[in-house]
Amino acid sequence: MHTMKLLAGAFAAAQLLAPPLASAQSVLRIGMTAADVPATTSQPDSGFEGNRFTGITLFDGLTQWDLSSADKPSVIIPGLAESWTIDAKDNTKWIFRLRKGAKFHDGTDVNADAVVFNFDKVLKKDAPQYDAKLVAQTTPRMPTVMGARKIDDLTVEVQTSEPDSFVPINLTNLFIASPAAWAKTKNWAEFAKSPVGSGPWKFVRLVPRERLELEKNTGYWDAKRVPKTDRVVLIPMPDASTRVNALLSGQLDWIEAAPPDAVAQLKSRGFEITSNPYPHTWPWQLSHVPGHPTADIRVRQAMNLAINRDEIVKLLGGYAAPAKGAVPPGHPWWGNPKFDIKYDPDQAKKLLAEAGYGPGKPLKVKVQISQSGSGQMLPLPMNELMQQQLKQVGIEVEFDVLVWESLFNNWRIGAKDPKSNGAHAINVSFATQDPFFAFARFYDSRMVAPRSVNWGWIQDPQFDKLVADARGTFGGKERDAALGRLHAYAVEQSSFLFVVHDTGPRAISKRVTGYVQAKNWFQDLTPIVMK
Amino acid sequence: MLLYLVRRLLYVIPIGLAVSAICFSLVFLAPGDPLSAVLPADASLELIEKLKADYGFDRPIPVQFGKWVARAVQGDLGISIATGRPVNSELARAISNTFVLAFFACSFGFTLGLVLGFIAGYWNGTWLDKVVTSLAVAGVSVPHYWLGMVLVIIFSVFFNWLPATGMGAGGSSEWAWDWEHLQFVILPAVTLSVIPTAIITRTVRALVADILSREFVTALIAKGLSDRGVFWHVVKNAAPTALAVMGIQLGYLLGGSILVETVFAWPGTGFLLSVAIFQRDLPLLQGTILFLALFFVFLNLLVDMVQTLLDPRIRRT
Repeated sequence: MHTMKLLAGAFAAAQLLAPPLASAQSVLRIGMTAADVPATTSQPDSGFEGNRFTGITLFDGLTQWDLSSADKPSVIIPGLAESWTIDAKDNTKWIFRLRKGAKFHDGTDVNADAVVFNFDKVLKKDAPQYDAKLVAQTTPRMPTVMGARKIDDLTVEVQTSEPDSFVPINLTNLFIASPAAWAKTKNWAEFAKSPVGSGPWKFVRLVPRERLELEKNTGYWDAKRVPKTDRVVLIPMPDASTRVNALLSGQLDWIEAAPPDAVAQLKSRGFEITSNPYPHTWPWQLSHVPGHPTADIRVRQAMNLAINRDEIVKLLGGYAAPAKGAVPPGHPWWGNPKFDIKYDPDQAKKLLAEAGYGPGKPLKVKVQISQSGSGQMLPLPMNELMQQQLKQVGIEVEFDVLVWESLFNNWRIGAKDPKSNGAHAINVSFATQDPFFAFARFYDSRMVAPRSVNWGWIQDPQFDKLVADARGTFGGKERDAALGRLHAYAVEQSSFLFVVHDTGPRAISKRVTGYVQAKNWFQDLTPIVMK
Repeated sequence: MLLYLVRRLLYVIPIGLAVSAICFSLVFLAPGDPLSAVLPADASLELIEKLKADYGFDRPIPVQFGKWVARAVQGDLGISIATGRPVNSELARAISNTFVLAFFACSFGFTLGLVLGFIAGYWNGTWLDKVVTSLAVAGVSVPHYWLGMVLVIIFSVFFNWLPATGMGAGGSSEWAWDWEHLQFVILPAVTLSVIPTAIITRTVRALVADILSREFVTALIAKGLSDRGVFWHVVKNAAPTALAVMGIQLGYLLGGSILVETVFAWPGTGFLLSVAIFQRDLPLLQGTILFLALFFVFLNLLVDMVQTLLDPRIRRT
């Protein structure tokens, strides 16, 4: 009886301690994996999570991703530019026609001057708004874009260093900020304290390292994407268990990257786990350096056939999809490769025997991996499982385990560099929604260090031709077909050991309705309705 | 006394320089580089070299260090590479947040530690002493980040009585000393106070037991001094050492705890330090460590001075 009284007292106290009832405004509270609120300078840091939460929310690009479907591959659609064409006489010039009537949150017009101002902030060294940090966040994502000039109030010409059909995709990474807002302080760090874009969400408040609050932009130029929730609160929470606890205790409505070991508990407490394969690949990038065993295509194909991807997916609690290439079958860039990546250990052994390896002469490979890292999923257990699977076909794997930062530095220097410690493969996961990221930087022979991350030193004229074809083919469907041919050749060459695609698990409360998880790194928060 | 104070204050200069130099070297020895904070993963080696030049990281390390020290002595700790915000303002905000947490952890931990220590010391050897000592041993042994997680699971996740993370619905900028905000400090403060409570309990217990066994106490009792009078003598004799221990514990608490502040997403100096380490944000890391090092030096000085005031024997030596 006494215990009952105590419990009753405790619950009464709990009522008193409970947070006050939500105000009339509907609020969506999201726990991000970033350690800080991504930069609000108009060019976010924190990788693509930054673009997801402080890029496409506050700002628009000339082009944008279609995030409206969970089934179809996400494609490029008009953003602040209504249409674009390549200059028929000069394939290094693009003409972008801007949308009439689009306005920044401060009421100023989005026009050609504003667009050119934003190109100049990262490309024109003598422009007052040029900023090294913004450059770092942007130029690697639009490597051929050289500059822009105004043709008339609603027309802008964009120049590139070479013919490049990837430009409309690359330009989703250049966010258009209000020049008038920047002019108040002429300093991007100051601008970041009260950023002004033209996106579907408007800035309300930033508490550095703690939270960013946004409110709906009722005057957004795309009436269909005026947010259905009044406010969004974005909270950085790098620790996965802290995010889970905050969700379970009712402090959040949504968490990014729900850890696989918490999924059962979250589901049992009524939270929904959403997931959908998106353009992400978790591979081993293989060395083509002469003298390395992986320079032999038979070895590379054998490695691809030795991996039981279903077991890896099981290890990840089902939140991954087996990879058959850099993009999945059905994707516009799939291209029907002749080599089928699947689990076939017998064929793997046969190929290794043809390459001169067998019980008497085991194949030894060294792989550089990380302990953790953004997009790396669960690198240690995944790699250890692969090590066991490869041993079954006679491949002995030695790991060179590095911290995430060092792995990146090794990625940049390439397999030939003495500092790469003789590694034959490197495990860096990557985004594949942009063809430069998915293909060009890995296969183009010019992209070896220090220019980019052709880590494996692929020097194959066929790859060069296919990359140049894809870059130089300007019709949407024709370009996709050219990319398909490039992808098919990459799979046939097995330049990577393709393992899985992430499915981006998120945990959301039942109060969140209307969310469509697009097959994309970015997600649209505008259709969400809070119940 | 003045000479002693001046001498102790002068010690701050070599200590500050040594701490800064070690910290500076460690950051450069560690994998990654100070530009990791601003560079996306896909940045090429070419761009990294260009940015190194832009930020001045291509210059020799002693030159970089010299420039930093020259600015630091003028009170300018530089600009965070990751955020572009002044380190001074980042640090000021974090210090005030850690102060809130340390205030509650001290209030709770010191009070409980003193009470338990006196109880165990006065009733030395009894079952009461054994219970208190066992609790104290458990207190110093339990990893506090683990305890934090357990408390969150019980009080936030299971019962939903107290919030799990943060400093309130509006963040630290809207902190107020009302219940709506104070409830956020309870779990981290209790977690953080466990170790100081246990240390103070054990120290005070040993001190009290020792003092009670001294001849002067027997003499005081024989003289017919009341229990209260004897207690007062015990307090006075235990105070300098207890105060020194509390001072050091206060220092630890004010220094912020990386683990506890991370578990509770409490935006204090510990959290700031952990972010700075992971982002390799060199100016932020340098500034935070320098501040914490100098803070400890001054705190030790303060404790020494208070001890001297309380115990004339120290002054004589």
